[in-house]
Amino acid sequence: MKRRGGWFGAALVGCLAVALAFLTLPLAAIFLQSSPGDLLGSLDEPGALDALGLSLQATGIALALIVAVGTPAAWLLATRHFRGRALVVTLVELPLVVPPAVAGVGLLAALGPSGLLGEPLERAGLDLVFQTAGVVVALTFVASPFYIRQAQAAFSALDPTLLEASRTLGASEARTFARIGVPNALPGLLAGGALAWGRALGEFGATLVFAGSLSGVTQTAPLAIYERFSDDFSGALALSAVLVAVSGAILLGVKLVSGPGALGGAGARG
Amino acid sequence: MLALEADTALGALRLRLSLDVAGGECLALAGPSGAGKTSVLRIVAGLLAPDSGRVRCGGQTWLDTEHGLHTPPEGRRLGYLFQDYALFPNLSAWRNVAYGMADTARSQRRELAMTLLERFGVASHAEARPATLSGGERQRVALARALARQPHALLLDEPLSALDARTRAHAGRELTALLAEAGVPAILVTHDFEEAALLADRVAVIDEGRVVQTGSAAELAAAPASSFVADLTGAVVLRGAAHPSAEGLTEVKLDGGGRLTSTDAARGRVAVTVHPWEISLEPTGEAGGGSAQNLLPATVTSVTPVGNRVRVALLSPQPIVAEVTGAAVARLQLEAGAEVVAAFKATATRIVDI
Repeated sequence: MKRRGGWFGAALVGCLAVALAFLTLPLAAIFLQSSPGDLLGSLDEPGALDALGLSLQATGIALALIVAVGTPAAWLLATRHFRGRALVVTLVELPLVVPPAVAGVGLLAALGPSGLLGEPLERAGLDLVFQTAGVVVALTFVASPFYIRQAQAAFSALDPTLLEASRTLGASEARTFARIGVPNALPGLLAGGALAWGRALGEFGATLVFAGSLSGVTQTAPLAIYERFSDDFSGALALSAVLVAVSGAILLGVKLVSGPGALGGAGARG
Repeated sequence: MLALEADTALGALRLRLSLDVAGGECLALAGPSGAGKTSVLRIVAGLLAPDSGRVRCGGQTWLDTEHGLHTPPEGRRLGYLFQDYALFPNLSAWRNVAYGMADTARSQRRELAMTLLERFGVASHAEARPATLSGGERQRVALARALARQPHALLLDEPLSALDARTRAHAGRELTALLAEAGVPAILVTHDFEEAALLADRVAVIDEGRVVQTGSAAELAAAPASSFVADLTGAVVLRGAAHPSAEGLTEVKLDGGGRLTSTDAARGRVAVTVHPWEISLEPTGEAGGGSAQNLLPATVTSVTPVGNRVRVALLSPQPIVAEVTGAAVARLQLEAGAEVVAAFKATATRIVDI
């Protein structure tokens, strides 16, 4: 691409080159630091595969919960105008900016044994702390705003006439949501799901504070990486490489399924 | 029979009207954009709740604010043709049509949808997504979809405005036939008086939320109650019998006397429309020197300045309106009772079915 404007064009290219190098170098280094054989060998160590399996399991359950509850909630936020709506949207988005460690402390204070809801949870037999279920709760807490935000934007971008047309053709709101709303907002919903999944996969702070780092029970891949990077750096590298590959595959998959613009702008639906 | 009363605030606009449409009748709501036309359709469909009002269709009451009754849109059996058609982009043409067939057994929906698509000549596009269809094809699929629910009333929002000029005339004729066949009350919204004249039995002119005049298109054109209505009724409509002429043109023998020539093809009972600004006025005796093939002797009935133009109403004996400049009025000494010749080219006329 040819740009007019001399020095400014050169500055733009220079800045992009610096950003690109800075963002890709650490990820490339993970693969360059050790041979593929070493990487695969390190995965055999006890705990490594457990951590990966737990990560996939916990993020999968969290994502299912987020989509099941978040999609109708986002629909409501996108299609209704009610008093206090802006406040509700802000509250839903708050976990985006709360530090993960704070989120963990908050979860303990709310759902821990001596927390606000500790007693009713205990009577119901729901033990979350130091349990896999606690990991799912932490992941859901930090990742759901990513999905709800994107889903709300996707539903808001729908032509309201389509939804009205559906109603005049005899479809209830529930059927309109399922047959017209969700299919036409699908690229945005997939993008939101990918963002939430990616965030859940990398979750560290809230999980550590709320659920701990018990190998095989609550130790997800990022926690396992943290545990071994000081004395088993190649093991940490191997797990990191797998996470980079999985995250990259998620990103690529969504871009292939929903078009190149899917993760770019939430509102810009083609 | 569809009856509507509504009184509601729409932003700065106050919509306040009552309408009755008989079965098989098409009522056009004509007026400028922002007059509240589409809101009337939305109230009938249940997409907009008025502050107070009543909507009744057939034997059913769909809305009665006095008794707190508000049937949701899905409970009102009507066909709504949206301005941009609002076809579902995720569904093929036949699935769009089948969408409203909740009462029909699943196994019969496709066949029924195909019958409707065939009727509108778009069966070959049954599997196509709306994005791949032309404007005219989309309109036909949307019409098929609106009829699929066997509606008790039809609501049409600017049905022809999204079409190009060539498709419009054809689509207009189809729509007229369809309305006659459906036999249900229909409300049509348009800002284009010609469209209203073409499709509707009766026209209600709406301005700032109120109906200012109701009548047939011919009545409104001949006797507008206000300059607003006069301005809206742009076209001159002349009725007569058409037959092809030797030169490959169409000759129309006008009701009440006189004849004219048109480049549009037609045979039988027709209406010829011509825009007032296409009509020039010439003194009797000197007419016929130019390229205008149509020369109708006429008597001036009124001369009304509208902006920088002057609308001259004539009887020939059918009513004609010509738009000329003030200078022409002075030169020809136009006043009520004056005899002139209304001249316009055969290419300036459009023939529509009655």
